[in-house]
Amino acid sequence: MNREPVLPAGPTTTFRSWCQWLCALLVLAFAAPACAADDEIWTRIRTGLFADRPIAEQADQIIQLSVPVRAEDAATVPIGIRTLLRPDANVFVEKIYLVIDKNPSPLGAVFTFTPESGRADLETRVRIEDYTMVRAIAELSDGRLYMASRFVKASGGCSAPAGKDQEAARARLGRMKLRVDGPVVYGQPNLAQLMISHPNNSGLAMDQLTRLYVPARFVRRIDVTYGGKRVMAAEVDFTISENPNFRFHFVPRADGELKAEVLDSNDVRFESSVAVREGTVPN
Amino acid sequence: MPGIRHCPGRIVFGTLCHLAVTVSCVATLAWAEDGPLPMREVAPGIHVHSGRQETADAGNRGDIANIGFIVGEHCVAVVDTGGSILIGERLRLAVQAATPRPICYVINTHMHPDHVFGNAAFRQGSAAPVFVGHARLGAALAARGGNYRRALLRDAGEAAAGSEIIPPTLEVTTTLELDLGGRKLQLRAWPTAHTDNDLTVFDETTGTLWVSDLLFAGHTPVVDGSLRGWLGVMAEMARLEPRRFVCGHGDAKDWHAALAGQERYLRVLLTETRAAIKAGKTLAQAVDSVGHSEKDRWLLFDEFHRRNVTAVYAELEWED
Repeated sequence: MNREPVLPAGPTTTFRSWCQWLCALLVLAFAAPACAADDEIWTRIRTGLFADRPIAEQADQIIQLSVPVRAEDAATVPIGIRTLLRPDANVFVEKIYLVIDKNPSPLGAVFTFTPESGRADLETRVRIEDYTMVRAIAELSDGRLYMASRFVKASGGCSAPAGKDQEAARARLGRMKLRVDGPVVYGQPNLAQLMISHPNNSGLAMDQLTRLYVPARFVRRIDVTYGGKRVMAAEVDFTISENPNFRFHFVPRADGELKAEVLDSNDVRFESSVAVREGTVPN
Repeated sequence: MPGIRHCPGRIVFGTLCHLAVTVSCVATLAWAEDGPLPMREVAPGIHVHSGRQETADAGNRGDIANIGFIVGEHCVAVVDTGGSILIGERLRLAVQAATPRPICYVINTHMHPDHVFGNAAFRQGSAAPVFVGHARLGAALAARGGNYRRALLRDAGEAAAGSEIIPPTLEVTTTLELDLGGRKLQLRAWPTAHTDNDLTVFDETTGTLWVSDLLFAGHTPVVDGSLRGWLGVMAEMARLEPRRFVCGHGDAKDWHAALAGQERYLRVLLTETRAAIKAGKTLAQAVDSVGHSEKDRWLLFDEFHRRNVTAVYAELEWED
């Protein structure tokens, strides 16, 4: 059973191996004949990620996925993943894989949670390139897999041009906002939001002025800790929309620092932190 | 039937080049049976076709925007060409039915597919017109054209084959005057508003402002540029006093009332989305809650409003 992170995690050789991995998935996605049944794409992705491990699909009691049936803007599709296992059970949700079958990079994100997360819930926004199945697969700490999936009508999200004001976007690249929906209550899951100002370029969109393809540059790793302990980590790519935005939970038990570290595909690091005290609204 | 007269050459070309061209030829033939687009002469020499207030599909072939032409003493300027080559072809027939004068300009008021995908119908023949647009139009089309084409093929089916992106060869950075012979058109390129490449056409002779999608009437306004930018542009527009105006979608008579209606909608979007962000609502929650007081005032609200909230949320969440 392969329980290693699917995306390479180390910071040095990762970009090349990440690219190889991406290429493999690209080939995987496009090698299929255009008329192939949609299920065939998923079968290949599934085999690559989970081999022949069983995945429970009628799993509403474990994982729920909310995403609009028809995306209003394919470059900014809000997506919510809710898990219903509580960490006081003997097992917890350790990872959530986000798969968008018809995207150029179908495995868009792998989120890691710990008992310190309190709840393995996540909200973010993604790009969707074509009418496709969107899938969230929860991997429990005992290795069991559960999947929620929805069909989404959207197109052109990955190759859509970036936001309307690129100069302003460049000026604030790397700026972050980390805040907690207060007032903070100790011993319970508290909702936090991380916003990262970053173009998250897919490499598939054209610059409107130069008419050249904008080189891929995107956030690929996020690590959030509270008091030094991990509460949420994510391996992501340009599937995540411009200005990546995540909502997640953490359980503070005493005064501490909530800290987010972000690494992009140019190996540039950004970080932000906020002091947390019971009864306050940290931001 | 002009469509038939047109076809043999295209079939030869099609067999030489590409199946898609043949398909478009056959499709053009079938559709051209419907003949010239119905036009209304809203002022002397200003002919407007009212598109349906719908989204593009195989039934309407992308005939969903107001398009038309302006006839001068020497030649004709087409203003927007419709959402597919078929609609462009029928507009060309309408020009021929109205005047023997040649088409010297095809002006695109902005990048959206329902305004540009008929361009290819005007590129044929020996005297091809000059394609005119905002200085940012070419780049915007280069960035989005592929997606627009895919969406059109999906939504309008084979009727869309042969609809091509044709960028402007004459670009307007600020203002530009076009002379049609005894008739001058003042073109104005606006800052980012409905899109980042909005262009208006003012006909001095009749005092008609072809405002296109900078002002929606009936149809829900669509924010694909900048909400705050659009409100700024509208303040500027309110200083104009056109005798008549032509919207990109729908029809209105009272300039200031139409502006006020659109401004109210945009301000509701601005204040409610801003409040939702301040209250910590997620994008999905904002989409569900913002602007519903406007629902009964606009057509196609369900198709466009939620997308507007999404765009505005993304525009505003970094504003402080």
